[in-house]
Amino acid sequence: MAVIVILLLASISVAGLFLAAFLWSVKSGQFEDDFSPPSRILFDNDTQSSTQS
Amino acid sequence: MRNIIRQASGWCYFAAYMSSTVKQAVQCTHCGEPCHNGNITLVDKIFCCEGCRMVYEIINDNGLCRYYNLNDRPGITQKDLARRDKFAFLDDGKIAAKLISFKDENQTHITFYLPQMHCSSCLYLLENLHKLHAGVVSAKVNFTRKEADIVFENTKASLRDVAELLTAVGYEPYISLNDLKETRPAMDRTQIVRLGIAGFCFSNIMLMSFPDYLGIDASEEGIRGIFRIANLLLSLPVFFYAALPFYESSWKGIKHKFLNIDIPIALAIIITFIRSVWEVFSGAGGGYFDSMTGIVFFMLAGRVVQDKTYRQLSFDRDYSSYFPVAVSVWKDKKEIPTLLPEIKVNDTMLIHHGELIPADGLIIKGKALIDYSFVTGESLPVPKEIGEMVYAGGKQTEGNIEVMVIKEVNQSYLTSLWNKEDQPHKQKSVSFVHRVSKYFTGIVILIAGLAAAYWAFHDPSRIWTAVTAVFIIACPCALLLSNSFTNGHILNILGRNRFYLRKASVLEDIAHVDHIVFDKTGTLTSAGEQEIGYEGQELTDTQISAVVALASCSNHPLSKALAAHFPVSEKPAVQGFKEYPGKGIEGFVNDHWLWIGAAQEGTQKKIAATTVHIRFENQDTGKFLFSNHYRKSVPELLQTLGKSYRLSVISGDNNAEMQRLRRLTGDKTTLLFHQKPEDKLHYIQSLQQKGEKVMMIGDGLNDAGALKQSDAGIAVSEQSNNFTPASDGIIAAKQLPLLDKFIRLSKMNRKIVLASFALSVLYNVIGLYFAVQADLSPLIAAILMPSSSLSIVLLSFGASNIGARLMRLEW
Repeated sequence: MAVIVILLLASISVAGLFLAAFLWSVKSGQFEDDFSPPSRILFDNDTQSSTQS
Repeated sequence: MRNIIRQASGWCYFAAYMSSTVKQAVQCTHCGEPCHNGNITLVDKIFCCEGCRMVYEIINDNGLCRYYNLNDRPGITQKDLARRDKFAFLDDGKIAAKLISFKDENQTHITFYLPQMHCSSCLYLLENLHKLHAGVVSAKVNFTRKEADIVFENTKASLRDVAELLTAVGYEPYISLNDLKETRPAMDRTQIVRLGIAGFCFSNIMLMSFPDYLGIDASEEGIRGIFRIANLLLSLPVFFYAALPFYESSWKGIKHKFLNIDIPIALAIIITFIRSVWEVFSGAGGGYFDSMTGIVFFMLAGRVVQDKTYRQLSFDRDYSSYFPVAVSVWKDKKEIPTLLPEIKVNDTMLIHHGELIPADGLIIKGKALIDYSFVTGESLPVPKEIGEMVYAGGKQTEGNIEVMVIKEVNQSYLTSLWNKEDQPHKQKSVSFVHRVSKYFTGIVILIAGLAAAYWAFHDPSRIWTAVTAVFIIACPCALLLSNSFTNGHILNILGRNRFYLRKASVLEDIAHVDHIVFDKTGTLTSAGEQEIGYEGQELTDTQISAVVALASCSNHPLSKALAAHFPVSEKPAVQGFKEYPGKGIEGFVNDHWLWIGAAQEGTQKKIAATTVHIRFENQDTGKFLFSNHYRKSVPELLQTLGKSYRLSVISGDNNAEMQRLRRLTGDKTTLLFHQKPEDKLHYIQSLQQKGEKVMMIGDGLNDAGALKQSDAGIAVSEQSNNFTPASDGIIAAKQLPLLDKFIRLSKMNRKIVLASFALSVLYNVIGLYFAVQADLSPLIAAILMPSSSLSIVLLSFGASNIGARLMRLEW
């Protein structure tokens, strides 16, 4: 009986992690430009990281 | 002998003469334009112009040749180079401060809008900007917005350096008056957050409802309670956060006393939630949390699909997007770059070749040739002398002039057109979805009432369950779903065919149109192109090259068009060239005297805008006839549209083209010429007062008022990075012939929505059968809801795809 409750909590928290990851990706603007990142990844590694702190 | 040569046949006719001298056109390595002159080379590469070669050299020298590997000839032609000190105004600290987003002692951050950006090569080059200039720290591109965030070191580069560097590689930053406005609208992310949360809750509730669906042993009552409470908790974010848009919209509806579709939906959500909570706490059952969250999730998904806006296109441009941010003003014998809002009456502006005149004024120095096509729709530039008035919005096309300001920027003729707020706003049509939902809601209330009455006589304890079940099952969410998914998908299909609409409601506006009004210049005709015909004695090779040689000495637009019309590689020398403004040009070519211009040299008669005579040795040889170049298949388009709609062509130009347009458009079309921008607006208004739904198709600022006023204002854009006035939709010029099909597709939209709605009613009837018996189990609700939603989505996608396919559109 208690096992089911633990499993329930585990499954919800795993799902919660994914939700958090999704919310983070939205916040960081990943849904705003769907062209640059997939193209950027194809460029050679000599492209120095262009992200700025 | 007398013959008329239309452009197509004329070209072949002369090409046959010229074939010995014309070289086979090779594509430029940088931009892919044909190279008429094969002399511009670098090692084994051929370029169309010096500019392209220079860009290639810069890129090549810095080891960025991947630029050319990622895409075939990705460059932008460099034939029209920017003026050298065009960006000098960026050296002015006050102006720069208005544009930069952040600055400290070491670094500056700036966001430039780069309209030329179009492919992954552009992205690659721009993000490697630091390799081209040591001062640049980094560059990050936002492709959908066509913007680059650039960080540079203050000691090694200035704002002007960065702008000039971008210009040098072909990405000239577009800096307009609009950039002075403080805030940029941030992208709205809440919608997608809501969708994510609703999806999360919906799927987990589904999972935890299984014990209830499958039935659980009486001995494990405790577990069932836990699952039910968990469901209740998971539904809270959906009920209180994700579903908010529906409450807001229905509250607005109630306030305006308008029964919109969101009212019954919000009602259903609230009733479902209350009943479910009641069930959980009273122990009567598991509630309908799964159905409720599911429907919210699907409706939000539909909204996201429908509202997928075209962020790279701007539908709300006003004049400030067209005007430069600063202009050179003469002060104390110095050229001082000045912000536009700071220009005062009596200031002397220096307008360079190719620049826009930002404020009304008088010419005090130089000869002006002003292209008003964008403002008034006149197809030919207008010559202006010292002392004459020039209006804001015109583009100087010949040399530099000085203009004394007599009206400040925000009071100019053009800007006042925009600021006219007193014009009666067009009536917003009510979407048919709301009307249908009204009847639907009425029927639902009727059924609920009947069920309640029935149970009142037979078993009053069941009234509550029956009535709430009816509301849960029969909420018009299916209608909303089918509407938003169909709208979204049709918008997508139209977008793939390069017809972009501002929002979904425009589809319905287009479907109702019964009168289509076209602008002429730039819409039916293509801007900057002219058709040249010839009447008179046949010209020999040498005569043609003589005409070209003489014409290319002059900057008059007709001469330029003439010179560009014939592909001649070698031009004979011209002696004794003389230009009579407004009349013509003369000179000696190959020792023969030649006159191009008005019929009789020396007479006072000015050249008519459309005819140019040529005389060899005092003998009339013939005349060139210039006419507007209508876009291909414009005649067919007008023919097809004329069958089902009333048509008007309304132009700011003179009526020289009257006869031809009459022939093209047929007898029923209204043709109006010499129309000022406000005349166009009034014309649309008068049609609307007659009860007609008007679609306006235009391209320039002169159409802006009419576009705003019309029920569906569509702007025509020559290139994707072109600037179009505020409108409800943007159509690529090449796609104009498909307009008829686009309208038909918009009309189909409604049929598809109704068809998928009818399908969903079937599911509703099944559900209602259980509901009125007060016997709706959560399992049945959980099966009916997603399957009805899914079939609606499939039907609307499938039907719109088939429709697009039948019309041979991209889909």
